[in-house]
Amino acid sequence: MTDTLTPILTKFWDDPQSWTLATYEKHDGYKALRKALGMKPEEVLGAVKDSNIRGRGGAGFPTGMKWSFMSPPDGGPRYLVVNADESEPGTCKDVPLMMANPHSLIEGVAISSYAIGCEHAFIYLRGEVVHVYRRLLRAVEEARAAGYLGDNVAGSGVKVEITVHAGAGAYICGEETALLDSLEGRRGQPRLKPPFPGAAGLYARPTSVNNVESIASVPGIILEGSDWFKGMGTEKSTGFGIFSLSGHVTNPGQFEAPLGITMRELIDLAGGMRGGRKLKFWTPGGSSTPIFTEEHLDVPLDFDSVAAAGSMLGTRALQVFDETVSVVRAVSRWTDFYAHESCGKCTPCREGTWWLRQIMTRIENGQGTQDDIDKLLDICDNILGRSFCALGDAATSPITSAVKYFREEFEIGMHTPAHVLFPPERSVLFDVNTKESSGMVSA
Amino acid sequence: MSADPNETWNASGFLHVSPESKRPYAADVLESLHADAAEIIARYPQKRSALLPLLHLVQSVDGYVSGRGVSFCAEVLDLTTAEVSGVATFYTQYKRHPNGEYTVGVCTNTLCAIMGGDQIWDTVSEHLGVGHDETTGDGKITLERIECNAACDYAPVVMTNWEFFDNQTPDSTVKLVDDLRAGKQVAPTRGPSRVCTFKEVSRVLAGFDDGLADEGVGAGPASLLGLRIAKDNGWVAPEGGDSAGSGTASSTDRKDGSQ
Repeated sequence: MTDTLTPILTKFWDDPQSWTLATYEKHDGYKALRKALGMKPEEVLGAVKDSNIRGRGGAGFPTGMKWSFMSPPDGGPRYLVVNADESEPGTCKDVPLMMANPHSLIEGVAISSYAIGCEHAFIYLRGEVVHVYRRLLRAVEEARAAGYLGDNVAGSGVKVEITVHAGAGAYICGEETALLDSLEGRRGQPRLKPPFPGAAGLYARPTSVNNVESIASVPGIILEGSDWFKGMGTEKSTGFGIFSLSGHVTNPGQFEAPLGITMRELIDLAGGMRGGRKLKFWTPGGSSTPIFTEEHLDVPLDFDSVAAAGSMLGTRALQVFDETVSVVRAVSRWTDFYAHESCGKCTPCREGTWWLRQIMTRIENGQGTQDDIDKLLDICDNILGRSFCALGDAATSPITSAVKYFREEFEIGMHTPAHVLFPPERSVLFDVNTKESSGMVSA
Repeated sequence: MSADPNETWNASGFLHVSPESKRPYAADVLESLHADAAEIIARYPQKRSALLPLLHLVQSVDGYVSGRGVSFCAEVLDLTTAEVSGVATFYTQYKRHPNGEYTVGVCTNTLCAIMGGDQIWDTVSEHLGVGHDETTGDGKITLERIECNAACDYAPVVMTNWEFFDNQTPDSTVKLVDDLRAGKQVAPTRGPSRVCTFKEVSRVLAGFDDGLADEGVGAGPASLLGLRIAKDNGWVAPEGGDSAGSGTASSTDRKDGSQ
């Protein structure tokens, strides 16, 4: 039986200077690249396909299949674009990965580029993590100097170049076609599909957009074999992933485990709930995935089990909220976020998130009207499936799921403010009274 | 609406283009901007892709997206100034008016807000006497409410010039801004040994390495929690086909495992 936790990408994050090429090579770094270069590109693609790895960015589309759906080579450029725009509320796996172990991504890019016939790959990093950008720039520089990138990768004659590109603050750029528009120097707004990026992506050329963790998992699959990868996880959700616990657990943190681990196991590893308080609700994969409650603690955290239970595995961004938290306040703040980040391209999302925000705000303030809950659900119904991209759909998830499990709290919002029902100071992680008084002293 | 061409636009949604911001760059500044722009453009197959880093570059010189910066980008990329402004106003990191030396961003997205980000925001905003996207009178600090910055396991999070300040409290953040205003050197939790200025960081975001990559930790304690627990329990990933020893036992035992 596989161990509860399986440190692979996180294996040497505690090494001094874990981010350097020297450390990476000490831990078998770039062996997979040499092995891949000894294979035919289609064999490399076949190994990834055979591993059944599903995209780690949230949607869970099989990575190898995505590659094989790219239009066949026509002699023109083909692109690999890594989506490192990690911005989904609650998601915090790619940023620590790139900070501690950037070479796993660089090696993954080199191998994946070889597999799909890409000579110039891009890593689109959100701009708000400048030290991660430094680490990636440095890793590319080191890899190039060592001959792992460039015109003649490891003496094979293969060419792979990487440009690491910093965004400038826009959640929507995590949507793959918005990301491509942004990378082309435009406003980051999603494109109509089809054509899919595999046919016409970056500069209208065949392009694969993949998540950081998906690409960083490729070296392991090549070096250890697809059976090794399939030896972890479940039959339909193979392999391992980084699970990010945050919020009201005793010890928040990152846990690399086979897919299928349960929230009960993870909360236990995190030292249980803060101060022995009771769990109220949690997100399995970020704010865009419908919330879960205590009844879902034993749902295996794999793509299909989470979907069957009414949510999505997403990015394994497990945000935990205890009994002190107003679900209305939490959802209201997420709704602010979606309204702020809606790109404005399509009407249901642009107008709908604005109205959702008005209504959520008044419910939070105890000023909801009799028909506000029905109105919320009606607006959600008009956004879901009618928006241009998944952002609109995502904006409805917290609302509809919270109404489903905690309808009475929304009803109370017709007369009682959330902060009266759930005093916010009970939820914070520091002692509010002493902090506030000392804050005043220094003011 | 006034037709006065000298009127400045402060309303949200417009670039604040003061007459000063249109003043031409000094010759030496312009020369180095052109040299940097050429280097940025060379990174991409098509030059329009250089626009986002070029706007970061403009901020590294002017401290915000100035009118002359917009004109410069338009000129080197063969775009209209409207096209450049359209992009500059889309992204929150591009500032429409002169930014402080330090952007202090308090995460007030749901998780951080509930863990204490709201209290941090209230305290610091009152302490500094400025609101969102406003700058202190000494030009030192621009305060922002920011969205999730991918460090939720360190909530509540504060970013200073896009470096991580983890596990903050109202007290620690007040001390942070006081130190910044007093000109003291301030070090992030996970990042280089000192916080660089807004202009310096903007230059890094334009893709110019400042040599600080090797400073700071690889991972903070929360990032290492699972690894530490795995080591304590002797938990490891199964061995694979290419590793020494046989890895088959662990993979064949798996499916029939009664967990």
